[in-house]
Amino acid sequence: MVGILVVSHSLKAAEGICEIAAQMGNADVPIVPVGGGPDGSIGTSVNDISAALDELGDADTVVILVDLGSAVLNAETALDQFEGEAAIADAPILEGALNATIEATSSKATLESVVSSAEEASELSKV
Amino acid sequence: MEKTDRQREAVFAAIENVAARLAEAKPYLTELDSAIGDADHGSNMDRGFETVVEKIEEERDSDIDDIIKAVGVALISEVGGAAGPLYGGSIMHASDQLSEGLTPESTVAFGEAYLEKLTDRGGASVGDKTMVDAVTPAVHTYKKSIENDDLPAQEALAKAVDAARRGVEFTVPLRANKGRASYLGWRSVGHKDPGAASTLLILEAILESAEDSLDESDLEQDATSPTIPDEGKEE
Repeated sequence: MVGILVVSHSLKAAEGICEIAAQMGNADVPIVPVGGGPDGSIGTSVNDISAALDELGDADTVVILVDLGSAVLNAETALDQFEGEAAIADAPILEGALNATIEATSSKATLESVVSSAEEASELSKV
Repeated sequence: MEKTDRQREAVFAAIENVAARLAEAKPYLTELDSAIGDADHGSNMDRGFETVVEKIEEERDSDIDDIIKAVGVALISEVGGAAGPLYGGSIMHASDQLSEGLTPESTVAFGEAYLEKLTDRGGASVGDKTMVDAVTPAVHTYKKSIENDDLPAQEALAKAVDAARRGVEFTVPLRANKGRASYLGWRSVGHKDPGAASTLLILEAILESAEDSLDESDLEQDATSPTIPDEGKEE
C-alpha cells in the first residue's frame, strides 16, 4: 500500500489539500498533512516531517507532495533519516495529491506508479 | 589531551560567538530577507543558534567532530526554512572530516565537504544569488591559501572571510535563480542575498574567535596535526 504525505508551509493548507484529495480516495489510502515551521510559524519542520513519515511508514511506501523550496529541502533531509521506501513527487501540490490519491486506490499501485501519476499533474491544463 | 581540550574550548567559544553575532544581526537579516524573501531568516538563524548553544552543553566532553555534528543536528531541527537543511545538513555532512581534530588539512576538507553538500542539496550554482556565492569563494580561497600559499590557518581564514565578503557584494546585482527570491524575478536585483550575508556573519565570528584563541594559546601550533611535520611550514 502507498501512503501520501502532503507537506506545506501552512498546516491549514496541507490539511485542506488532504481533505480535497481524500474525496477521491478510500479508507485504505492514508493521506497525512504536515505543515508549519519548528516554532509553528509559516515554514516546514524536518522533525514534523520525520514523525509523519514514521506514522505512514506502516503503509509500506510513502509518496510526498511538497509546496515551496524549503518544503523540498526539509523533506529531503527527513528522507535521509527515514528507513522505509519513499519518494518526493515533482508535482503541483494540490493536483499532484489528487492524482496520487486516485492512483493509490488501485490494488496495483506502486511507489513508481503513484509518483508518476502525481507528476502527470504538471501537464494539466485548466482553461 | 591538552591539545584536544584547547581545541574544544576554541570551538565552543567560536560557536557562542557565532550565536551572539547572529542575535545582534537579527534585525539586519530580517531586513534583507524582507526585501526579497519571507522575512524569517533573522529570527530563524537566531533561534537556531540559540538552540545550538543549549544543545552543545551536552557535548562538553565530546570530540570536535561530534560537537560540530550536534550543531548541524540542532540547526536541522530548529531553523525551519531552507537555511535549516542547508546549514544543518552541510555542517552534519562535513563534520566527519574533523574526526582527527582541527588541522589546516581537516578544515580544508571540512570546507570542501560543506560546499559539496550545500550545492548538492540546494541545487544552486555560483551566480544564482544564494549562500553558495559566499561559500564558494571562501572555501576556494581557504584551500588555495593553505595548499598553494602555505599560509597559517588563521591568515587563510582571514582571506576566506574577505572572499566571502566580496561574494556577498557580488549577489547584489544578480537576479535570483533559486529560493524564495526567484519568485520575484527582476525585482530581486539590487538586494543582498540574506543567506550569503548570514554565511559571512558566521565566518567573521569564527575568525574573530580564532584570533582570540591564537592570542591566548598559540592556536596555529595547536592546529597543526602531529602527523604533519611542522618544519618549514612558515617559510
